[in-house]
Amino acid sequence: MSKITYIEHNGKSHSINVQNGLTVMEGAIQNNIPGIDADCGGSMACATCHVYVKEEWFNKLPKKEDGEEDMLDMAFEPNKFSRLSCQLTVTDELDGLIVQLPSKQM
Amino acid sequence: MIKTDALIIGAGPTGLFTAHQLKLIGLDCEVVDNLDKIGGQCIELYPDKPIYDIPAIPECTGEELTNSLIKQLKPFNIKFHLNERVDEVKNNNGKWEVKTNQGTLFNTPNIIIAGGVGSFEPRKFGPKECEKFEEKSIFYSIKDKTIFKDKTVSIFGGGDSALDWAIELSKNSKINLIHRRDEFRGAQSTVDKMNELKKAQKINLYTKYQLKNVKGSEKVESIDIEHDNKEVKNLKTDFVLGFFGLIMQLGPIANWGLNLDKKTINVDTEKFETNQKGIYAVGDICNYPGKLKLILSGFHEGALAARACFKLARPNEKYRFEFTTSSKNIKKRLGIKSD
Repeated sequence: MSKITYIEHNGKSHSINVQNGLTVMEGAIQNNIPGIDADCGGSMACATCHVYVKEEWFNKLPKKEDGEEDMLDMAFEPNKFSRLSCQLTVTDELDGLIVQLPSKQM
Repeated sequence: MIKTDALIIGAGPTGLFTAHQLKLIGLDCEVVDNLDKIGGQCIELYPDKPIYDIPAIPECTGEELTNSLIKQLKPFNIKFHLNERVDEVKNNNGKWEVKTNQGTLFNTPNIIIAGGVGSFEPRKFGPKECEKFEEKSIFYSIKDKTIFKDKTVSIFGGGDSALDWAIELSKNSKINLIHRRDEFRGAQSTVDKMNELKKAQKINLYTKYQLKNVKGSEKVESIDIEHDNKEVKNLKTDFVLGFFGLIMQLGPIANWGLNLDKKTINVDTEKFETNQKGIYAVGDICNYPGKLKLILSGFHEGALAARACFKLARPNEKYRFEFTTSSKNIKKRLGIKSD
């Protein structure tokens, strides 16, 4: 279990213990966190699980694959801290991760 | 008014195989899809990506799977209504009256929704002011390129559509090409061509910028674009084009009185029928305990929904289960001579 904090666009914060091996996206979906749609179910085909990773965490994450960067081009208002949460697998190293959710996913 | 035994909404793999199942048991059907081609997500999202979990096919791409399904439908004459989205569904005396956004009307006892995650729509710009300029100064697709002649056009996006249009329109227009990062995901030859035009000052390239604001009263007069480092530039422009790919939206389906769960439709697992008699949902769009969003599940769901259609389409006949290996009727429908 690692603690992941999801901060909604309106500032509401949810800290959840997510089982290692799940993705940050799955942690949100299983706990009904509003603001992550994940239309394609985690296959990196839709960009509706887009999150902004807190700056201090961004460089600690595994690097993006090309496909993820391409998909982020289609996300709603991406910035340099954007990631697709379906591509972030929860491990002990991610314990304490904070992600912010965009105002909408599409 | 087109009369048919079943109307399928969605021409993805599930919709295609469902059509096959309907025709096999002797029902006719027509298919409507909002995209301009057959194949659904397989063609739109991952035509080149290999799929490894189609039974008996160790590996195939989305495009290959689509082509195989189309080939499997070849014995049958099925009418596809592409570039059309079903907007209205009304019950009239136990039959469904269906209307598309192109005005096509259907009358059918059965509607099978094989809509994936909804219909594909262009992804739009973020700033709210953009809405009022849509289809006047701001476009997400191009129908008539002559309106851009001798004008300044600002194009956003990093894929093939953005690059192709930047190159094409640079012949007669002043082009700003704006993209959120340095890399483009278009074909390398297209990227090279764009870079040549940039050197020749036919295209002004702004990377790591995104649209911040649009200004103008009736028409767009200028746009503010913001760099990753927050620096803002103002560009005079007559038109703004956005090519950010397509998103999937449930769309009008939400208004048909169906029992929805988020973006999916609840069905039973016997007929894959919704809470409305004669409306079924199969594939990614349906939901039931244990639902898997796999193509193979869609095939199973379509096969069962097709059998359920029989009862409403042929109320005075009894459906008899038959195997393709032995049924003369089925072989006849497939155009195979039996001995």
